[in-house]
Amino acid sequence: MFRTEMMEINMGPQHPSTHGVLRLELTLDGETIVDVRPVIGYLHRGVEKLSENKIYVMIPPLCDRLDYVASGSQNLGYIQAVEMLAGIEVPERARYIRTILAELNRISSHLVWLGTHALDIGAMTVFFYCFREREMILDMFESFCGARLTTNMFRVGGILDDLPPGWTAACRHFIDLFPSRIKEYEGLLSTNRIWLERTKGVGYISAEDCISWGVTGPMLRASGVAYDIRKTEPYAAYDRMEFDVPTHKDGDTYARYLVRLEELRQSTRIVRQALDGLPEGDIRASKLKTRMKAPVGEVYHEIEGPRGVQGFYLVSDGGEKPYRCHFRSPSFVNLAAIGDMSRGGLVADIVAIIGTIDIVLGDCDR
Amino acid sequence: MTESTPPPDEKQTDQAAAPAAPRMSPEEQKLRREVLSVALDRLRERFPDCVLEVAYYADQVTVLVPREMVAEILVFLRDDDVTAFDLLADQTAADWPERGKRFDVIYHLYSIPKNHRLRVKAHVGEGEPVPSAVPIYKAANWHEREIFDLFGIPFDGHPDLRRILLPDEWRGYPLRKEFPLEGFPEQHMRLR
Repeated sequence: MFRTEMMEINMGPQHPSTHGVLRLELTLDGETIVDVRPVIGYLHRGVEKLSENKIYVMIPPLCDRLDYVASGSQNLGYIQAVEMLAGIEVPERARYIRTILAELNRISSHLVWLGTHALDIGAMTVFFYCFREREMILDMFESFCGARLTTNMFRVGGILDDLPPGWTAACRHFIDLFPSRIKEYEGLLSTNRIWLERTKGVGYISAEDCISWGVTGPMLRASGVAYDIRKTEPYAAYDRMEFDVPTHKDGDTYARYLVRLEELRQSTRIVRQALDGLPEGDIRASKLKTRMKAPVGEVYHEIEGPRGVQGFYLVSDGGEKPYRCHFRSPSFVNLAAIGDMSRGGLVADIVAIIGTIDIVLGDCDR
Repeated sequence: MTESTPPPDEKQTDQAAAPAAPRMSPEEQKLRREVLSVALDRLRERFPDCVLEVAYYADQVTVLVPREMVAEILVFLRDDDVTAFDLLADQTAADWPERGKRFDVIYHLYSIPKNHRLRVKAHVGEGEPVPSAVPIYKAANWHEREIFDLFGIPFDGHPDLRRILLPDEWRGYPLRKEFPLEGFPEQHMRLR
């Protein structure tokens, strides 16, 4: 007689479409996924332990290396947490420049997501298109701070340095150009039959499940909840900016694609407004010591990163070093929901689901 | 300014008589001011004996609750209409080895409909189990595995309590304060 047997398969940790060193233990019934158990930690560097042994201003370079695709957001969140802890006011100009840089970082991060996600599913062209525009942003970062990926461009109390001459012109050139480039991506994908087949209905997650799993960012918004920290608890200069929070009701991979594409447009809008309203003045709070001390206390600060909520929990015992430093990373929390998203799907969908969660393993493993 | 300044000797006596005033700058005082928290009031109303301590810092509220009551309190905070903490934003721990109960287990709660936050904290002694929050928030699953992995705090009722970031055979709990920064000698990377 016939009988079926479950098959156990390891996917990764060196699989090209797991976006880093992620291992998935799959239980398969033929091609159908019965269970997925992610195995993480291959990139664990003990950043939280290291942070407890460094003074406050030495930690941002470590934060950069958590989520290296969106190092600006990581940096900004940590710096703002320190400022809350020590009660430091940031000059207005620095707030605006922070907003511009954080949004450019969001665009570059979403471009990496779109390029690699499409590449995984088999659309190679998009990858080159996305990296063409990402290159422009990285060049802007390079001319601002000298680094392209691990930028370390924010400082406690302000920013690294004022914008170099000609920077705003380059930035304006980019945001004038970029909306037409988004149309190009859309032309390649939005009505592409293969893309629709591979993404529609794949990796569905409901709003209730998202919230219970703590899933945030574009994934939550694609399930219909308009939760965006830039709106609910504005930081930097976001309270002066006008922008929409895109949502979608479908909760599948295609919905998340549409939401992220719309976020690219909104980010462009924010950068344009910030450039228009950029005030003159100081870029750093005065009278700050390098070996600063924070009063006894604790803060938990969250910002809206490209992947979701990035949380920073700092405990101070009054010394020069944080007593405890915890990073709540969106990749870690969002990846936990992969089991619920992929059960019952086909094994080929796993690749699309990893792409749509948009994980960075450096952020996940810390 | 000058006419209101008291003579130097009088000032001297004043200072000696007054109790040591807290030396806080205005910024620090601002950071420490009490924050209006509906959620905290509601929690006090429902569990009057469980609010052991309340701390305010930088507009954030921390409430200390007994370890045994954590699960019940979280269920209440999630399901109550006023508090409505539907999102477990973060869960972590901290180690204070000098203290009797050395660990803090910390829950950062956020409410999407109400847009407010609360930090719930419990003191946990070495080896004492904490009621798992997995039945309440699925997000707690990996957070608790991480705390177990890095601090060695066990969670009661967790469906799958294994190490998550470190290898299964790893010795020690790295985020405890006594763990050496570079690990135990057998954990050092060697060039072969």
